Amino acid sequence: MVLLSVKDLTINFDNDLVIQNLSFEVERGDFFSIIGSNGSGKSSLLKALLKLIPFKGEINWQPKIKIGYLPQGITPLKVKDYPLTVFDFFKLKNKNLKKEEIEKKLNQIDLEKNILEKKIGYLSGGQFQKILIQWVLIDEPDVLMLDEPETSLDYRSGETIYSLLKNLWEEKQKTIILVTHEFDIISKYSNKVLCLTHSHYHCLGKTSDVLSEENLKKVFGKDIKIYQHKEN
Amino acid sequence: MQIILSLISGILIGSVSGFLGNLMLSKKMSVVAGPLAHLAFPGVAVAILLGINLGWGVFPLIIIGALIIWVLDQKTNLPMENLAAIVFAAGLGISLLFLPIDKAEEALVGKIMQISFRETLLIGFISTILFFSINYFYDNLMLINIDKDLALTSGINVSKLNLIYLLSIAIAVSLGVYLVGGLITAALIALPAAISKNIASNLKEYKIISIFSGGLGSGLGIILSFLYHLPAGPLVILVNVIFFLISLIFIKK
Repeated sequence: MVLLSVKDLTINFDNDLVIQNLSFEVERGDFFSIIGSNGSGKSSLLKALLKLIPFKGEINWQPKIKIGYLPQGITPLKVKDYPLTVFDFFKLKNKNLKKEEIEKKLNQIDLEKNILEKKIGYLSGGQFQKILIQWVLIDEPDVLMLDEPETSLDYRSGETIYSLLKNLWEEKQKTIILVTHEFDIISKYSNKVLCLTHSHYHCLGKTSDVLSEENLKKVFGKDIKIYQHKEN
Repeated sequence: MQIILSLISGILIGSVSGFLGNLMLSKKMSVVAGPLAHLAFPGVAVAILLGINLGWGVFPLIIIGALIIWVLDQKTNLPMENLAAIVFAAGLGISLLFLPIDKAEEALVGKIMQISFRETLLIGFISTILFFSINYFYDNLMLINIDKDLALTSGINVSKLNLIYLLSIAIAVSLGVYLVGGLITAALIALPAAISKNIASNLKEYKIISIFSGGLGSGLGIILSFLYHLPAGPLVILVNVIFFLISLIFIKK
């Protein structure tokens, strides 16, 4: 079932052409990854999909779809101004949340329950990012959109996050749209990949096709080899 | 009787300013209150020129100022504190052309010790509405302060709430002009929040302490003014500053 269809999407940002005539579809249950070098329009694409920035062309979501979105670059520093605990932060999303519910969610991502009383501005980057992801997930969106969630995570935390995403994807048939630089993560989890370039050349397809060596050379202009990490 | 009216008005204004101020603790917003409060001066100029009650000049001018800031914020990419400074400079510049400076004393230091019964009723009414509307929108406003995109995608109408926020600030600031005058109103907004941030360990405490210390600071300042026949506005700020210094001892990270 097609959940999102994008037709002839063009995005201009500050008079710069960021994305030109892009068309693609995302189906329910896709783990859809978006790759591309810095400045190729990945984050702008996500924002356009959410209709946060102006665009030309068509973006059609299936009606009544609930979207969870985690923007790039929210750091503990941004919340340091306020004495907000982790629990307070979840309550901002939904006043009726119970402590036990949140504790259960945090447990899934290796966080102790005493973290709820800690001030969110003073968490480590990794803890903060995990909390943000659960914060977006707490009201059970159908689609989860993430913009480089691995930034500020160490490798182990990154793995926890991605195995959580993988579980969501497989068990609950959630749709995931992910912007990332981590090729090994994509090759491990993703089923479809869209790549964006500065020259507005787009490629789209099954992960193994897009991540082929010839194609990556075309996209990034250099040789990239991907090594699968062994499954535990 | 006068002291009771002054106390009621002062405590209400102090509490509600403290409450609103705790949302404004971020770098961006605490700078906005100052310029807005200074828009009281053109308001006073208008009131004197038209021969009307000060409030009728001050309230509309500050609210118009907030609306202009909001419109400019929608149309430009300029930071809000910059827009506030521009609107303030324009307002003050124009008013200095017309304002008889020697008659502007009330706008400078407030008139809480001469507040009338009708004004007290009005202040009571406005601050109650203001209090409940801040309380109602508090969580969403906090989320906008943390991250606009996060708020937008959580289904919050950021532009509408920003307008409500700015209008609330404008109203709180106008009330503050009565209590301490236009020059130091920003302190009524900034100090209780800073005190509260120093000692609160979560959001609930943060709200309660800022409301309480805002009210207490004003109440004590007014009582001191009554006892020692010194101007109330500066005393209110002084008490708040002392609270702030005490809060430094209990500082929590």
